[in-house]
Amino acid sequence: MDFINSHILTLMTFLPVAGGAIILMMPSGRDNPIKTIAAVASFLPVLLAVQLWFLYDRTVAGVNVASQFQFVEHYTWIPSINVEYFMGADGISMPMIMLTTIVSFLAVVGSWGIEKQIKGYMTLILLLETGMMGVFASLDFFLFYVFWEVMLLPMYFLIGIWGGPRREYAAIKFFLYTLLGSVLMLLVMLALYFNTTNPETGGHTFNMLHYMQQATHNAWLKGFDIRILMFLGLFIGFAIKVPLFPFHTWLPDAHVEAPTAISVILAGILLKMGTYGLMRISFPIFPDVTKWFVIPMAVLGAINIVYGALCAMAQSDLKKLVAYSSISHMGFCLLGMAALTPAGMIGAAFQMFSHGMITSMLFFLVGVIYDRAHHRDIDGFGGLGAVVPVYTFFITVAFFASLGLPGFSGFIAEAMVFLGSFGVFRTIVMISASGIIIVAAFHLWALQRIFLGPLNPKYAQLEEINAREIFCLAPLALMTLFLGVYPMPVLNLMSASLNHLVDVVKMVI
Amino acid sequence: MVLGNLASLVYFLPELAVTATILLLVVLHVVLKNRRSPAAALLALLGTGTALLFAWMTPSGAGMGLFEGMVLLDGFAVFFKVLTALATAIVIFMSIDCAELAERTQAEYYIFLLSVLLGMFLLSSASDIVMVYLALELVSIPSYLLAGYFKGKGSSTEASMKYVVYGATASGVMIYGFSLLYGMTGSTQISEIGRVLAMGAAPLPASLAAGMVTVGFGYKIAAVPFHMWSPDVYEGAPTPVTAFLSVGPKAAGFAVLVRFFYTVFASPEDAGGIWKLSSSVDWTFLFAVLSAMTMTVGNLLAVNQKNVKRLLAYSSIAHAGYMLMGFVLLTAVGLQAILFYLVVYLFMNLGAFYVVVLVANGCRSEDISDFSGLGSRAPVAAVSLAIFLFALTGIPPFSGFIGKVYLFAEVIHRGVYWLALVAALNSVVSLYYYARIVKVMFLEDPTQSGELPVAFVPRVMLGILVVPTLLLGIYWEPVIRVAEASVRILTN
Repeated sequence: MDFINSHILTLMTFLPVAGGAIILMMPSGRDNPIKTIAAVASFLPVLLAVQLWFLYDRTVAGVNVASQFQFVEHYTWIPSINVEYFMGADGISMPMIMLTTIVSFLAVVGSWGIEKQIKGYMTLILLLETGMMGVFASLDFFLFYVFWEVMLLPMYFLIGIWGGPRREYAAIKFFLYTLLGSVLMLLVMLALYFNTTNPETGGHTFNMLHYMQQATHNAWLKGFDIRILMFLGLFIGFAIKVPLFPFHTWLPDAHVEAPTAISVILAGILLKMGTYGLMRISFPIFPDVTKWFVIPMAVLGAINIVYGALCAMAQSDLKKLVAYSSISHMGFCLLGMAALTPAGMIGAAFQMFSHGMITSMLFFLVGVIYDRAHHRDIDGFGGLGAVVPVYTFFITVAFFASLGLPGFSGFIAEAMVFLGSFGVFRTIVMISASGIIIVAAFHLWALQRIFLGPLNPKYAQLEEINAREIFCLAPLALMTLFLGVYPMPVLNLMSASLNHLVDVVKMVI
Repeated sequence: MVLGNLASLVYFLPELAVTATILLLVVLHVVLKNRRSPAAALLALLGTGTALLFAWMTPSGAGMGLFEGMVLLDGFAVFFKVLTALATAIVIFMSIDCAELAERTQAEYYIFLLSVLLGMFLLSSASDIVMVYLALELVSIPSYLLAGYFKGKGSSTEASMKYVVYGATASGVMIYGFSLLYGMTGSTQISEIGRVLAMGAAPLPASLAAGMVTVGFGYKIAAVPFHMWSPDVYEGAPTPVTAFLSVGPKAAGFAVLVRFFYTVFASPEDAGGIWKLSSSVDWTFLFAVLSAMTMTVGNLLAVNQKNVKRLLAYSSIAHAGYMLMGFVLLTAVGLQAILFYLVVYLFMNLGAFYVVVLVANGCRSEDISDFSGLGSRAPVAAVSLAIFLFALTGIPPFSGFIGKVYLFAEVIHRGVYWLALVAALNSVVSLYYYARIVKVMFLEDPTQSGELPVAFVPRVMLGILVVPTLLLGIYWEPVIRVAEASVRILTN
């Protein structure tokens, strides 16, 4: 048990890929054992996440204080250039780590129906989970970068091999976009490396926490125009992942072509890496630029909210609708963060968690109907409410959660974002608020077109949602509801860290 | 320490081993009377292996001048000897099961191959401009023959012809530069030339000489604008030869480029990297432009290729451009980065070509479209190729990424940010065409049916190439230490 507790983050990160290695060694064609191993390999991290939950001390902040990180594992990896294996968790990463384990496990279970090359599929999805966990748990920039990139390969193949008709285009577009962002990040990382010194050893360092101590920066790195450039380099890298307007065009393509479970992971976890990167890296390392940059960020957030919502409204493909609504919802994260108030920051982080669950539900649900009807055209259905009442119930819950109805976690997140940012930039917030109306409108309109009205006779015999699908949806729905009524468990997890993060940014003149 | 001719022989064992093997192969060739026999390949492999072993075990403390100072034995030379011998061994192996060469793998083929190896050995250790020239020609002439190895095939003849013409021109320009240097300094020893130049040389002839020498070496490493020969040569030559030319002579070219410029044009006190050759010419900028042009042109031309071999040829131009980044500032760390990159490049590039050979054995074609569905027809080969290609792109956790990190790091460290940015954007471009091959292999249905079996021995060989490509991406400390040690001897 001691061993598990002291290496818990490593175990959570590498258990999935270990499962993947076992699967790789099995003869292909034996689908059921492969699926079982994949499920086990992704369920073990969930158990460890529960353990993490109980062990985590909610009173310490972390962020830029190395001694306040928990579950720390710190080893030298490549001494000649001071690359370290440095893992640890604080209130910024904790919710994301928990979310990753849950959504990944559900995605593996949700992939039960995959028939084509199940062995390769499961291996890749497990590798993907390792990459995502690593991103959220690493505190060494080099390590972070490696995990960040490792994730690209499985994603490319998962979309490209198991995706829809235009999968090749979508996969390469995703890959190229993200790689472009990553190489910019790489350059900034190297520039940081050469212009900071480890206060303990005097050498250069990849340790993110050192970067956050402004005293480690040399004279060159203190130049404000340099800092702006470096911030922008990171920002583009992260913005592509979020994705922020105008870097968002890969997302609808990737979502529409990706298989259901991959869309779930993409929207549920991957997008959060962008906002996580801003919180974990950009803000604390460049607090001065962050403050200088708040208005542009808020404006970008507002554009995302309104523009994403308008695009969603114009879609006739249900999956595209959900994809664009993701763009809209991720805008709230940016708006909340830009406000640099505790409420805004916590709202943004809570939105990351909440959107992860809600959008996972939505993509699962879209997958369910696509499996049965083989199309996703909103106008091609009608009156399904009478045919598949259970399914209708779930999708209604998910839609209401997504449009921010009180009682669901999305409401809490959005309310906090508005609360935190209204005092800072009123006009922008008021414009953003109009996004809420559009979001509500297109959700309700879609509901009406699919489930109400006269029954489309083509789908009179539509199969009801089955137990396995409910198994994927129920936990997410329950958590959304629970956190919508009582968000404290997650808020407690992150508030100490995020309050401290706001201080870190604000304290710098 | 400078040794006389006889005393030098003890330290010349790798070269002697290769020479002996060449002579034995000549005898074998006569005995075999143009018949095919596995004996030739085995003998060549044995000779290369022995040379590799000798090179590995060479005591490489302080630099030692052999043959009255014509050849320098130091860690830097040893590094390149091991590297080129390894490349040659792998290529010999590749040639054995190459269907394309099956009709004509006779002893003479290995004679040429090993002659190039001998030339590369000498090139990486030459310390006298006469020796540099001789070694360069020893690398070049058998290469011309190898490129035109299919006498009847038009593209092969063209390749050889282009190679000869370009090669001769480049050599001519280079030797002109050498003669200028000799005229200015009165010595053929590169260390002596460097010493005299450091005392103050007329800027114009010195710059002219440096420029002319750059042409000669630039041709060998296929740097833009001296690259024109390489795509045609690479396409026309038999695939194993292409693989060989893109790795071996290129590495040796870098070796001589680095040693020559470092000794002649940089002085120890500004090992920090300011080129003091001529105040009127900004050499750092010039080489930075050369590097940026090489990678950009190579990548852009690779984008539209339909033939995998040609694509890899253009991309290998781009890789020379990346490596030149380490050369821009002539710093010890930059040179280390080049050495490290050459090691990972050896594995990933030879690996990629090896899979091309394996596929071409099955379908007699190197068109990208013939790779379609390879993922299901030959999963081992396809997955290996994907790994090599992603490594060439520079995506972690593969070794190519680490190689690029070191190169990027040096130019960023020295403040040449625009070059790092150009290189980064080039990586994105390169992903586009590398991923296209991966896409064809895994995302498209096979156009030809049936499995493409990969025999046990090639599988092992693939493993030998894949493992370092993966492993050096995760743990590369020992290799960078070796690179560091090899460079230290040069820079002290």
